[in-house]
Amino acid sequence: MTVNGSPYSTDVEPETPLLYVLQDDLKLNGPKFGCGLAQCGACTVLLGGKPIRSCVTPISTANGHTVITIDGLGTVHNPHPIQTAFITEQAMHCGYCISGPMLYGKAFIDQHPNATEADINQALTGLLCRCHAHTRMVRALARYAKESA
Amino acid sequence: MIRRNVPPTNLPAAIWDSEPPSIIRHSWSALNKRKPESSRRDFLKSAGALMVGFSMGIGNLKLAAQSPINPTGLLDATKVDSWISIGADESITVYSGKVEFGQGFSTVQTQLVAEELSVALHRIKLIFGDTGFTPDQGVTSGSQSTVSEFSPGGLRQALDTARDALFQMASQQLDVPTSQLIVRNGVFFVIGGDPANRISYGQLLQGRPFDLALNSQTVPKDPATYTVLGTSVPRIDIPSKAAGQFQYVQHVRLPGMLHGRVVRPPSVGATVMNVDKSSVAGLPGNIQVVVKNNFVGVVADTQWHAIQAVKALNVTWSGPVTLPDQANLYTWMQQQPSADSYTVNSGDTDQMLKQAATKLSAQYLYPYQMHGPLASSCAVADVRGGSGSGATAKIWSATQGVYPQRDSVAMLLGIPNTNVRVIFVEGSGCYGLNGNDSVSFDAALLSQAVGQPVRVQYMRKDENVSGESYGPAHVTNMNAGVDGNGQILVWTQEGWSLTKGNRPNATTPGNIISGALAGFPTPPLVPAAATPPKNFSNNGNAAPPYVTGVVDGNPPGGTGTVASQQVLTHTIASPFFTGPLRSPDRLQNTFANESFMDEIAAAVKVDPVQYRLRHLSDPRFIAVVNEAAKSASWDTRPSPNSANAKTGVVTGRGIACVLYEGDNGYCAMVAEVSVDQATGIITVTRIVTSQDSGPVSNPDGLRNQMEGGALQGVSRTLYEEVQWSTDTGAITSVDWKTYPVFQFGVPLPVIETVLLNPLNVAQTGAGECTITITPAAIGNAVFDATGARLRQVPFTPQRVLAALAARG
Repeated sequence: MTVNGSPYSTDVEPETPLLYVLQDDLKLNGPKFGCGLAQCGACTVLLGGKPIRSCVTPISTANGHTVITIDGLGTVHNPHPIQTAFITEQAMHCGYCISGPMLYGKAFIDQHPNATEADINQALTGLLCRCHAHTRMVRALARYAKESA
Repeated sequence: MIRRNVPPTNLPAAIWDSEPPSIIRHSWSALNKRKPESSRRDFLKSAGALMVGFSMGIGNLKLAAQSPINPTGLLDATKVDSWISIGADESITVYSGKVEFGQGFSTVQTQLVAEELSVALHRIKLIFGDTGFTPDQGVTSGSQSTVSEFSPGGLRQALDTARDALFQMASQQLDVPTSQLIVRNGVFFVIGGDPANRISYGQLLQGRPFDLALNSQTVPKDPATYTVLGTSVPRIDIPSKAAGQFQYVQHVRLPGMLHGRVVRPPSVGATVMNVDKSSVAGLPGNIQVVVKNNFVGVVADTQWHAIQAVKALNVTWSGPVTLPDQANLYTWMQQQPSADSYTVNSGDTDQMLKQAATKLSAQYLYPYQMHGPLASSCAVADVRGGSGSGATAKIWSATQGVYPQRDSVAMLLGIPNTNVRVIFVEGSGCYGLNGNDSVSFDAALLSQAVGQPVRVQYMRKDENVSGESYGPAHVTNMNAGVDGNGQILVWTQEGWSLTKGNRPNATTPGNIISGALAGFPTPPLVPAAATPPKNFSNNGNAAPPYVTGVVDGNPPGGTGTVASQQVLTHTIASPFFTGPLRSPDRLQNTFANESFMDEIAAAVKVDPVQYRLRHLSDPRFIAVVNEAAKSASWDTRPSPNSANAKTGVVTGRGIACVLYEGDNGYCAMVAEVSVDQATGIITVTRIVTSQDSGPVSNPDGLRNQMEGGALQGVSRTLYEEVQWSTDTGAITSVDWKTYPVFQFGVPLPVIETVLLNPLNVAQTGAGECTITITPAAIGNAVFDATGARLRQVPFTPQRVLAALAARG
């Protein structure tokens, strides 16, 4: 598979969840373990451009595919516009959930550049932010939509 | 090769070989090109075991010298050098016991340093929550961080003592009185003098420590002159969190680290009968099974192998203990032996109730709720040498209290506390005593057993049913008497709450579930009758804002006008572990107090805001209520809204207010709701909330906390209730489907925050104010919309429909 632009191969049981490979073998900090049940979204990555829950996605599913994590979008010094929007809006408390809203939001807005805040909130259905910073995150995503339109 | 964003090091340097290679806590160190070292850091690195004989004011050095793991020993928080060190290279390093959970306090502390020392923000390196380096400031909780750091004995006084000493040194070096000195970004100049005639903090100190005690006579900067505090400095941790580089405790990766998982009892109180270790023989991953009393865990080479081993391990448990029937919980609570206490008791309430023109009573019910951190808790432990005086333990934990955890882990493992070091690494938001301490114990027990570093990650069910300590259920019975003019004459409250365990400390590892499973007793509740109160303390917000708080002939301690008052609290033994959950007891009590105040206002047909104002005596309290009402364009009239139909979707507005903990932040909230009377679904459409926490340190940060608290309050009001089965003796709220919370996709309320910013009063706490009043504000708005009173949280559609049917 290709992770954040670089090829990677590994030798683990095919049913191993993708998340553990990204976190432990590749030492990426972006996708995170929240529930292990695809109920919160903290583990979200883009697989072939689509957001998926890496905590329940077997590594075999990613075989030969492209994986993008929020680590791969940008850096502290050179953030992706969507990361800049989250920083500008100060759109988090603990930030542990951020992969979900950022990547589901990105996938939705890239397809629906004129989305309203209500549209964006709807598109994030199934994700959780337990600090309940929802309003700022939706505002950040709307900013990203506006600024990338 | 994978593209890796290699983070810079900003933790204490790798004094020990198992230090994680790097922890990103905030981004400024990434922007800071200086060598991030300090004189104290250098001292610690170079001094090693040669600390004996030095007298540098950084703590109990004799003890330190005997400790292989806590190089600074027990830091003396009365000494400036325990808080701050300024290097010859101009580095400024500050050590704090108050940690970051995403509430923004590392940013506020950095602002405080910049303000009091007149240095640029980016020059400051903040180290927090490490028993090897930071002063013991207990736990980061209870909206006490700002209070602690801005009060005598806290960080501000240490900074001011350091600043005054630097002024004195500069005065001598530049040969002018301190009154003629000005400091800009850590460099002294003579006012009106030659700019070349200057000297910096680093030049003055030349790597030496301050060797000073905190001076209680120092004068902090006047908030009216603030240039850094009082401004919306962006959070220092957000850039690296947004970029996915931030290292949470889940990302502590040690050489040789193994992965552990716990195996918990299937029902509450079940004990181990047998563990069949052969059931995991042959599984991949070098599986080790660890059993200590009722603690069972597995260790493997990878997370996935550990998970498979947990599934395969055959453990025989005893049958379930008898749990109270959840359907009958609130009645059961009122029948148990209890430890009782009065907040107030004027002694005349029975008589005054008889005299009242109108009498009201109501009962409010609040469920067990859980912290439900987004991250199932995780910790890493590295225990060497088994137990005894030759053993050591290091724990990387998202605990709220590194020192209490150090001491409780010491007892848990049988290792002297001087040989235990606890290093805080941020996890997800915890909101109180979630599973962070339990999982740290689990990691410590497993590492001790296998002799290698072990990372334990809870699965979601582990966190929900056997990791965390729930916020307790409450029953509150209210009575009030109103005179012929509609003024409240008398208010009585009788409440029941539950407790089991609490935060662990030096002698009570059994206060949390992992310690109890490992064989340490949980101190039992001791029933006791209430004694007459001697001083008015409304720390638990048991007393409503509207009583005078006159106790034992003392001057009024309350914020209201009602003189006849009795508040009696019963605490009973809980079947489940309990602990502080954001706004512990204050939220439950305030739901009852502020709902009942609304009921009284409705009974006398007075506007709920006006009725509150009529019974408040504290000007700051009155101001915060007025501000919320004004900002919300409050529609002044009695509730319920008689213009609303009894069918269809109707809207309403409700108010609630609190002085958190009786002295720790004024807050008021107007909630606007729509209620679908066919489905019973409540939608919170708007929240306007005002707050007076004294001089605001970071306005945007405070707004962020207020917004999150309000929406988390919506979640706790509408959705959250821990469920269990009496048949199986098991908690059934095992995941996010069985413990639903507010999620994306639900229509979001507009949240507006109003900051009162009085500069001539002390700073107070801020993080728990809005959540405290959200349930009552929503319940009062639902009443305004429908005329149906909701007295039981959560306000599920079923309960709303029942209340609508009962309203007549």
